[in-house]
Amino acid sequence: MLNKLKNIWSNIRQLSGDDAYERYLAHYDEFHADKDAAEPPLSREAFFKQWQDGKWKGIKRCC
Amino acid sequence: MHKNLKLIIWLAVAILGTFALSTIALNRGESINALWLITAAICIYAIAYRFYAAWIAATVLTIDETRATPAERLDNGRDFIPTNKWVVFGHHFAAIAGPGPLVGPTLAAQFGYLPGTLWILIGAVLGGAVQDMVTLFFSTRRDGRSLGQMARDEIGIIGGTAALVGTFLIMIILIAVLGLVVVNAMKHSPWATSTVAATIPIAMLIGFYMRNIRPGRVLEASAIGVALLLFAVIAGGWINHSESLRVLFDYDGLPLAFAIIVYGFAAAVLPVWLLLAPRDYLSTYMKLGTVILLAIAIVMLRPQIHMPAITQFTDGTGPIFGGKLFPFVFITIACGAISGFHALIASGTTPKLLANERDIRMIGYGAMLLESFVAIMAMIAATVLEPGVFFAINSPAGVVGKEAIDAIAKINSWGFAVSVEQMKQLASDMGESSLFARTGGAPSLAVGMASIFGKAFGKNLLALWYHFAIMFEAIFILTTLDAGTRVGRFMLQDMLGNFNKKLGETSYMPSVIFTSAIVVAGWGYFLYIGVIDPNGGVNILWPLFGIANQMLAAIALCVATGILVKSGKLKYAWVTTLPLAWLVTITSTAAWQKIFSDDIRVGFFSAANDLSAKLASGVLPAEKAAVAPQLIFNQHLDAYLTLFFVSVLWVVIADMLWVCARHLSGKPVLPISEVPHTPCQLDDNWVRD
Repeated sequence: MLNKLKNIWSNIRQLSGDDAYERYLAHYDEFHADKDAAEPPLSREAFFKQWQDGKWKGIKRCC
Repeated sequence: MHKNLKLIIWLAVAILGTFALSTIALNRGESINALWLITAAICIYAIAYRFYAAWIAATVLTIDETRATPAERLDNGRDFIPTNKWVVFGHHFAAIAGPGPLVGPTLAAQFGYLPGTLWILIGAVLGGAVQDMVTLFFSTRRDGRSLGQMARDEIGIIGGTAALVGTFLIMIILIAVLGLVVVNAMKHSPWATSTVAATIPIAMLIGFYMRNIRPGRVLEASAIGVALLLFAVIAGGWINHSESLRVLFDYDGLPLAFAIIVYGFAAAVLPVWLLLAPRDYLSTYMKLGTVILLAIAIVMLRPQIHMPAITQFTDGTGPIFGGKLFPFVFITIACGAISGFHALIASGTTPKLLANERDIRMIGYGAMLLESFVAIMAMIAATVLEPGVFFAINSPAGVVGKEAIDAIAKINSWGFAVSVEQMKQLASDMGESSLFARTGGAPSLAVGMASIFGKAFGKNLLALWYHFAIMFEAIFILTTLDAGTRVGRFMLQDMLGNFNKKLGETSYMPSVIFTSAIVVAGWGYFLYIGVIDPNGGVNILWPLFGIANQMLAAIALCVATGILVKSGKLKYAWVTTLPLAWLVTITSTAAWQKIFSDDIRVGFFSAANDLSAKLASGVLPAEKAAVAPQLIFNQHLDAYLTLFFVSVLWVVIADMLWVCARHLSGKPVLPISEVPHTPCQLDDNWVRD
């Protein structure tokens, strides 16, 4: 039961983009952190700016 | 589960569905319970999803679970991300479900509850949901490419260009008509106007909060925003009751239209984080919350439907819009049954999140069924009103007369009981000065919702519920308006970029201002004409939007049919050609009638000629004579626009048929642009928790 609620909450966070930065860090650790010339990960603020601008390119809403 | 038990359950669903459907179709009594509509809808959706959609997925599309999706292959942690299927479903549904399924059924209720309901159910199951699902599938197999790109890759340059131009024009018409709906909801309503105005600073505040105060804390900021919005609804009531404050928000249609035009321009030029993004969060939560609340209230309350199954207006004399049942019910209800616009979301955005192909049925087909269900609820909210009240709210002054007493006499003469006192009482219950001729569907939907919510959750709050419903509609209409203007701007910059590199840069400010101004002027023009039109404008713009939207759906189905034939699946191509043939029939018939009909309430040219004759003979009153030349010009423009839409449609169809014929006779055609198979390596449990 508790696990289910946790699951729903994590889905809500993902749906809204609340955990986008955490997911970005996880992605960074997995794919980029071990490379030699890797740039450090973006700060929360810088990431959010990029994420939000990217999210609004193209058709995102309908009738 | 045991096989026989499954069979028995599905048999029971089928019998219940058939029974519910025959009850609503055959009932000619006084009234019918709304629960029958809900039951019929749910049974039909369940059967269609379990059998038809599953068959299409397995046999027609041959979905392959072992194949890596673009989200997996191109994972970049930003736009390509393998995502949990429920989250993708949420994104996809929030993107496709706009104000369309709320407005269309409300207007189509003039034919009675039955024609619209049947079209919403059948159209969604055999048309809209199929279109969404196959487009999602084909785009997923092509790295999430857009409809326009797929049309270009698979059919040719003509199809691709048609899809692009069609999308741009639909956007213009759509925004104009939605703007008109908001204007009509705010006209001389200080409560509605002040509440809607308050949503702008609230959105900006939330945008600032998410950007600077607590970056990226989306849920926290949204919770604050929703609380502020609800407070704005209450505060609107205080403003309405204060004599000195209410005059500040009491406007005619025209100033409100200009305010929306200025707002639209500002929203397109301002950075997204300040207005568009936060407004979108708020509108999405409001939309989901209100739809769930409405479903709960309808099930709790089981309201009676008072509208007859079929009214006399199927003969084309309806007050809300002119034109016979066929084809106009199918044009009026686009979203909720089949909407071409969805193909733009199903290609491009959603495929980039899809973790596995097996989720395509749930997301493509399932989300459309849910939108169709929203349309059914809008139909219920419109038809639970007394028909007399429904027509008094939705009939334009140009049809029933400006004075309350004339309007009532006219509506009574149609056989629908309603009185001036009743409308006065209703208006005062809802906290409005008048509810006559509030065209566009939003006020009548809000009255319907308020009466349902009022009965379910407390009757003394009717005015509050009404304005909550208006705020809820306005906030996501304005989101569509912002987002649409911006998309229009990007598309225009993209096109102009072919001629002048500098104009194509999305961050070059002179180009931003120039292209935004063009887009805003485009829809602003139609909005302006709609406001000055004594017949309310909605009766012209909504069918135009319907034709355009169905045309886009037909283009999407053409692309899908072309791909099916080219991949050697000719024998299954009927899955997309069936809805395509129907769409071509209704859009062509509707377009023909809108252009050539002698009925001045249907044909653009005959309306223009009639108005010119009246103007020349001097029978028009001064105020009407002043706007007549603009109206005449507009009727001509609308006729040519309709002609353009239907020609584009036929060109794309001819192009598709040519490609299919060449392929079937063994001649070379553009190759299938499907990306080769790569095995899926995603850990099943990681994304599918």
